[in-house]
Amino acid sequence: MSEANLTMGAHGTAVMEERPFAIPSKKLVMWLFIISDACTFGAMLFAYGYIKNAAADWPHPFETASIMNALLMTFILVTSSLTMLIATRAAKSGDKAKGLRFTYITVVLGLAFAGLHLKEWFGLIGQGVRMFQNPWGAPMFGATFFSVTGLHLAHVVSGAIALTVVALGYNRGRYNADDIEIWSLYWHFVDLVWMFVVPMVYLMNVK
Amino acid sequence: MDSTDGSMKTDLVVYVAILVLACIQVFVLKGNLVAMLLVAVIQAFLAVGFFMHLFSEKRSLLLALIPATVFVLMMMNMIWSDSFRLIHMRAFPK
Repeated sequence: MSEANLTMGAHGTAVMEERPFAIPSKKLVMWLFIISDACTFGAMLFAYGYIKNAAADWPHPFETASIMNALLMTFILVTSSLTMLIATRAAKSGDKAKGLRFTYITVVLGLAFAGLHLKEWFGLIGQGVRMFQNPWGAPMFGATFFSVTGLHLAHVVSGAIALTVVALGYNRGRYNADDIEIWSLYWHFVDLVWMFVVPMVYLMNVK
Repeated sequence: MDSTDGSMKTDLVVYVAILVLACIQVFVLKGNLVAMLLVAVIQAFLAVGFFMHLFSEKRSLLLALIPATVFVLMMMNMIWSDSFRLIHMRAFPK
């Protein structure tokens, strides 16, 4: 216990200081990370909007197949949030096996999402989209598209890795149900960000 | 109260609501940015409130996190006038 958590009582006895938000400090840290990450994604999406708005010939490359792919990705990601909720609830109630099972299901769904994401990327690369050139118009399209979706993809992949590590540790007894709950916050946040990426990046650029 | 309290039924209702809103974005509002972003804000509200259980945490946590984040994101909107200026390549006013 750090000295910062202690205060001296009237007779020199150390007593616990009350937590200001009534949550464990590691959960507060995750919340603080999430709001800073929200600002990062916000800045990325605003930069994307700025560049798109300022370009006279912004490309609209996404056909119905791409939009259906994005909708499928949304379905998978939101479903993974539900499985993460089930995992958290099971872990909190002491059902370790169910908690682990649903955490691993969440990881598999996250990897499926990443696979579909990469399929979309390779489709665009196959059509000639590069970071600073594309066959249709404004050359910055590739840079902004790959930056925004790439940052999100990096979050999904790191979330899948983190959940696997926490689940393995939970299985061995190194981590507890609180850790599963804290990482579920991160996973729901990744889901939340996708809800803004789809309309801005995909639905506004339909052919 | 434990922040993960609440029923599985509520989680399922929120899950279905978020998916229905996603379908509305794709099939009804496609191309209307403001309407789609409003729907995304509702989805985010549901996710933060029910999936992340922020509404069942102590009120002080919500007040410490959300207004500051919303303020920062709102302040980023000042870029739009410049992006409209840029498309017409107009010089800054003297």
